[in-house]
Amino acid sequence: MKGMTVIVKTVSGWVKVLIFLFGINIILFGHLTPGGGFAGGVILASSYVLLMLAFGREFVQKNLPISLASRLDCLGAFLFALVALLGVVFGGSFFVNFLYQKYMPGQALDLVSAGTIPLSNIAIGLKVGASLFLAIFALSSLHRDFQRPEAAGDSKHPATGQE
Amino acid sequence: MLYALCFLLFMIGLYCAVVKKNLVKIVIGLAIMEYAVNLFLIMLGYRVGGTAPIIGRGDVATGVDRLAARFVNNAVDPLPQALVLTSIVISLGSLALLISICIRIYDRYGTFDITEIRRLKG
Amino acid sequence: MSRVLPAFVVVPLVVAFILPVFGKKGKVWATLVANMVTISLLALAVACVGKTGIYEVGNWSSRVGIVLVLDGLASLMLLAVNVVAAAAMLFSVRYMEQYTAKPKYLSLFLLMVAGMNGVVITGDIFNLYVFLEIASIASYALVGFGCEHEELEASFKYMVLGSVASSLILLGIALVYGNTGALNMAYTARAIQGSGVNAGLAFAMSLFIAGFGLKAALVPFHAWLPDAHPSAPAPISAMLSGVLIKALGVYALSRLIFNVFGVSIPVGWVLIALGVLSMVVGVFLAVGQWDFKRLLAYHSISQMGYVVLGIGLGALILAKGGNPLWASLAILGGLFHLVNHAVFKSLLFLTSGSVEMATGTRQLKQMGGLVERMPYTRAACTIASAAIAGVPPFNGFWSKLILVIAAVQAGFFGLAAVTVVVSLVTLLSFLKVQRYVFLGELPEALRNTHETGGSMVTAMLFLASLCLLMSLLVLVPSLRVAVLQPAVDALVEGVNHSIRVANL
Repeated sequence: MKGMTVIVKTVSGWVKVLIFLFGINIILFGHLTPGGGFAGGVILASSYVLLMLAFGREFVQKNLPISLASRLDCLGAFLFALVALLGVVFGGSFFVNFLYQKYMPGQALDLVSAGTIPLSNIAIGLKVGASLFLAIFALSSLHRDFQRPEAAGDSKHPATGQE
Repeated sequence: MLYALCFLLFMIGLYCAVVKKNLVKIVIGLAIMEYAVNLFLIMLGYRVGGTAPIIGRGDVATGVDRLAARFVNNAVDPLPQALVLTSIVISLGSLALLISICIRIYDRYGTFDITEIRRLKG
Repeated sequence: MSRVLPAFVVVPLVVAFILPVFGKKGKVWATLVANMVTISLLALAVACVGKTGIYEVGNWSSRVGIVLVLDGLASLMLLAVNVVAAAAMLFSVRYMEQYTAKPKYLSLFLLMVAGMNGVVITGDIFNLYVFLEIASIASYALVGFGCEHEELEASFKYMVLGSVASSLILLGIALVYGNTGALNMAYTARAIQGSGVNAGLAFAMSLFIAGFGLKAALVPFHAWLPDAHPSAPAPISAMLSGVLIKALGVYALSRLIFNVFGVSIPVGWVLIALGVLSMVVGVFLAVGQWDFKRLLAYHSISQMGYVVLGIGLGALILAKGGNPLWASLAILGGLFHLVNHAVFKSLLFLTSGSVEMATGTRQLKQMGGLVERMPYTRAACTIASAAIAGVPPFNGFWSKLILVIAAVQAGFFGLAAVTVVVSLVTLLSFLKVQRYVFLGELPEALRNTHETGGSMVTAMLFLASLCLLMSLLVLVPSLRVAVLQPAVDALVEGVNHSIRVANL
């Protein structure tokens, strides 16, 4: 996928940062305003999709390589599981909101309140953003010149022994 | 009445998934079916004249003591909204997998037409 | 014991997300970790037999939160799921070397196991849907794993039908929530007991029968199974045919019919009709097949018909107010056949995978005389064929006998006759398999095949010995009372069971 003209590249470079920050805002305030981990993660992924459309796939591959996105993906899932497991250690059951009940109750409607929910939101946002980016990146790499199977000379199918 | 329209949307999606011959149109039919079910689920929680189930600083300022009672009496049901969030995420994953399989099928067979993708018979 | 219930879901889920970090270089480590997970889950499932309890996630009370329930039926299904998962994972250590991207296969497999365990132990209807979707989406990806022509086509067909099924199930759940206002199974059961089944709930019931019937591949809804199960890699076919169509289809349907909605006469007749159709259509379509795995897939449809027949018969007898002893016997036959089929059908698919890996083909006409080259595979396949056809000392005979006895005692002589005829035709088609694959003479092209030893043979022999030992489950009274009877009681007790377990 190649890039676009200079005007598009300049403007989308600025706009991408704004979208990314907006996504982080939706994730962090997920316990106060509508949104939360999943919606914020989708916005983060779409900021990278904007980069991919404007600059081309190779630029984004250098910016956020697939191996790093894959590691972030697993890290997000692992953090979410870690928060749930810490609920067992401190509270006695999975997903217990131990921060709210014991250690850090906080004032209602503040940023630091509602216990472990912001931590879960951050983990989910990381995971969803990374995995949607990976999915769209992988789907865009399948776009190439197709040959019809007869012309390409397919080999025998291994299981049925037919052409 | 609205529920009947929602069901009509579900039937349109089902018709599209059953009758159409293009792979991508089948996928769109499935997506319409999932939208119809999500819409039905949200409409279940509706209360005539209800407010959004969000507590803001204004509500807290006007008196914390009757906050819970005012919330329960006025707000629409928030549980179906949580269910629909989960359902949207699930259908996103499912749709991504469907689209990638469609692209791979085009890569192998060279066509999107299901009447030509018929190697498995019997 | 209920404190370890979340481990069945959490451990495979977390390990599934750690495995892609190993990458290509750590393939051996990844395989070792995955096998340790499945074997430890099997040990945990054996330890959970006969215990009951509930686990409230997040310490929220059951009025507002999600509960995980361990009762007799859940522990029986956990045993079945984890036995097949451990055997299939052991088999795939060697079998999946033919494919690239093995760590991704392992993490998808563990996701599927986590989803199935979750379906079996959950006590909340929407949570059932979420775990159902996790297992289904993982299985869609696994069916198309090889990315050849036919695997992709099969995976697409399976995905479309599976998505329609999931939408129908979600619509049913929405109707249940709208009519009762609760999602926890015990609370829903109490609300339905109080208000009775109105038109909305009856429509929801029919949506559930259609949706779960699609997942279980009962006959009007079976169109995806003959394409999907042969195209998947052999251990995945074993998992799909062995446990996925049961845990997601028949278990969920029977849990909802018996423990949430309550049995009624139309539902019982519908289940019996679906069961008989599946049995007859499945076996007659299977006899004419020349592709080994496609034949086994059609037999899966037929044997699921047995299970649904047993459960439907029990539901009908209970709804008519007949003798609860015969209802309990019919349900015992159905559930025992479910567990038996998990073991011998997965063994059959594993042997077909071993044959395919050695000879490179699935067509029966191109094989022959493999008995001299692959003795262990031949022994395992013979044991499994005898079990599925209902030959006496193996487990299939006992479950079919129980079903026939229950049908005769309840007065349904026609059903008993159909059951016996289908069993004879099953024997016929497996004699055909034995003759074409193992007996006869070895063709020129296959002179160099040999048994691929090690983990594949171990997994097959493990399942084959289980085929023989499981007949003890119904013959030895103490084992029957410990393992099978609680599961039967959980269904026969009906709506009161869920209310009692949740301490309402």
